[in-house]
Amino acid sequence: MSKRSVADLKIGERATIQSFDNQLMSLKLLEMGCLPGAEICLSGKAPLGDPICLNVSGYCLAMRKSEAATIFVD
Amino acid sequence: MSSPVIALVGNPNAGKSSLFNQLTGLRQKTGNFPGVTVDKKSGTWAIDSQTVTTVVDLPGVYSIYPKSLDEQLVTDILANPAHPDYPDVAIVVVDASNLHRNLLLFTQVADLGVPVILALNMLDVARQQAKEVNAVRLAMRLGVPVVRINARTGEGIDQLKKAVLGQLHEPVRQGKLFFDPAEEATELITDTKAQYQLKNNYLALQYIIQHDGFTFLNRQQQVGLDAIIDKYQFSEPTFQAGETITRYKRIATVVAETVTDQRPANQSTWTQKLDRILLHPIWGYAIFGFVLLLIFQAIFAWAQPFMDAIDAGVAWLNGQLKESLPAGPLTDLLTDGILAGVGGILVFIPQIAFLFLLVALLEESGYMSRVMVIMDRIMRKFGLNGRSVVPLISGVACAVPAIMATRSIGTRRDRLITILVTPLMSCSARLPIYTILIALVVPSRRVLGLFNLQGLALMGLYLLGLFSALLAAYALKLVLRSKERSFFIMELPTFKLPRWNHVGLTVWESVRSFVWEAGRVILAISIILWVLASYGPGDSMQQAENQTRRQNPALTTDALENLVASERLEASYAGHFGHFIEPVIRPLGYDWKIGIALISSFAAREVFVGTMATIYSIGTGDDEGVTIRERLLQERNPETGGPMYTPALAWSLLIFYVFAMMCMSTLAATQRETKSWKWPMVQLVYMMALAYVTAFATYQFMQ
Repeated sequence: MSKRSVADLKIGERATIQSFDNQLMSLKLLEMGCLPGAEICLSGKAPLGDPICLNVSGYCLAMRKSEAATIFVD
Repeated sequence: MSSPVIALVGNPNAGKSSLFNQLTGLRQKTGNFPGVTVDKKSGTWAIDSQTVTTVVDLPGVYSIYPKSLDEQLVTDILANPAHPDYPDVAIVVVDASNLHRNLLLFTQVADLGVPVILALNMLDVARQQAKEVNAVRLAMRLGVPVVRINARTGEGIDQLKKAVLGQLHEPVRQGKLFFDPAEEATELITDTKAQYQLKNNYLALQYIIQHDGFTFLNRQQQVGLDAIIDKYQFSEPTFQAGETITRYKRIATVVAETVTDQRPANQSTWTQKLDRILLHPIWGYAIFGFVLLLIFQAIFAWAQPFMDAIDAGVAWLNGQLKESLPAGPLTDLLTDGILAGVGGILVFIPQIAFLFLLVALLEESGYMSRVMVIMDRIMRKFGLNGRSVVPLISGVACAVPAIMATRSIGTRRDRLITILVTPLMSCSARLPIYTILIALVVPSRRVLGLFNLQGLALMGLYLLGLFSALLAAYALKLVLRSKERSFFIMELPTFKLPRWNHVGLTVWESVRSFVWEAGRVILAISIILWVLASYGPGDSMQQAENQTRRQNPALTTDALENLVASERLEASYAGHFGHFIEPVIRPLGYDWKIGIALISSFAAREVFVGTMATIYSIGTGDDEGVTIRERLLQERNPETGGPMYTPALAWSLLIFYVFAMMCMSTLAATQRETKSWKWPMVQLVYMMALAYVTAFATYQFMQ
């Protein structure tokens, strides 16, 4: 089975961050609290399905699907 | 001791600006940081009778690794003790309801060796979420002073004063670095410290990782740092990622020891409930559409009485000056040149104030971030970014502050494209031109029983501006290739009630910078134009006047004076310019008179109507709009004998003004923000070409 990313989550689904596939993007995401081992929850999607809204480390973070696709989850 | 510098540092939305307003009140000023165009907000804060400090509000950042232009500044200051704004004490404002993430920045700033104070803000929000923060334990754990404050109400300012005084007189620094890079890259750090005479390990790491961005390092120093990186085969991104993870791990233990969290899991807050509506596929856009409608209504309808009042005030002052001062060129320069020019700027203040009032309210409440989210997908198609929404909306009032609002866009290319297309949004200065020309060729008739045809035409022009901005962005996206990856990662703040004093200050700032930035240029051009229109080669103007007076002995005094003024204008330098460019604008349907207006309105579009009034020799009637309109209707085309202002000509002019870059201040703003003359020139050329071609097509097609 191929790796699942945050972009594959359904609304309301929770997952734990495993790793990143893009080094530069991961630097930005790490600082925003998207850490390996952190629990992440897809709380909503913007109209047209992109960007998406995530709950992570206790706050709400919006990012594009292409960015979410660089975050692998278990 | 000269006045100590206190810097406010913190995450966006942590309450930094509230605290800044609390500390400095009305004793604040805005300027630019030395050498960069980023706005600098600073003010004075008298802690006690002996200590008057300068407080600097730094842009909100998540870490000291910058993602956008205004974020770069924070690191530039904190990593450079020689910087004039380098703080004697840094107050790091943290959101207690989100301590985990906020402490990342705090530990970085403390590790740089700046004397810090941790200001715990938003404890009330944390309490609502059933979180309690133990400030004493936090202070012990971090080894720095921690103060509990409420930046909105001003609670805790006294304790903050004591802490700042303490740090100024006997600085307490944390015992050891929270994250010491030497633990993992000992030789690299030792080597860098020795070569650059640094004492602090973490600062040495910043030299290594960020040297390309540090403006205070010279070329040679930057090359030297590259050599160190090569020597140790150091991978900056890997190390930085490791640093962030390590910091967060350590922060997690600190938070676990100091925060008690009894929040019931999965309970949705009212922010989340609101978001379900605001980000809804249908309701989200419907609400945003309604908000936009409200903004337009405010700019065009609510601002009107204020604009009329300013207009009348300037006219009154002008009349008073003309009466009381001795007649002569100097008085003319003051009234027709300077005052008329300045009045042309002042009249836009109500529209700009209304727009920025509403934008500030939307930003303060947290709604603007939602707009950016729902618009990102659409904007991205055009090479823009969700964050481009604010500049584009602001462009409806004035492109100058709108271009300055692009600084929060992190991707260089997205920002550049936004700057280049923002002036296509029809700004308020185009409105008088639109209304006069529309009144000329569009009948005031109701359609579908609801809409006014003229109103629809006006809306059509605004939409044309918007769509052309999007299309231009799309074209630029294809032209400007960039390896840099566009990104959009944004925190959605919780909804809050706006802080009214903060909103007021924002509005004041944008109005002030508009008047000052745009005003200086327009003033200068007004004077030049006045000279060009008042003087001609040799005594040609006097001759024209004498000849007119001889040939029209029957006219009434007023009509004669108006005719004389018009003839004099034709003989002036401006008139010569008008004739000179006539061949170029002939295909668009324009004559030399319109040519003068085009040239003069290059300074600022609003000059167009005034120039037309002068050219068509209209006295200062009570209702100028009607007078100009009637006069234009009477104007005959010397070649055809029919009316000069045919629908073809009027629409050609309208279309020309939708696209033309007719504003020096905008070009100046682009120059400042891109730090090059290349981009304002690109902007000027592409917009002028667009204006010329479309106006040409319109005229030829409609004729």
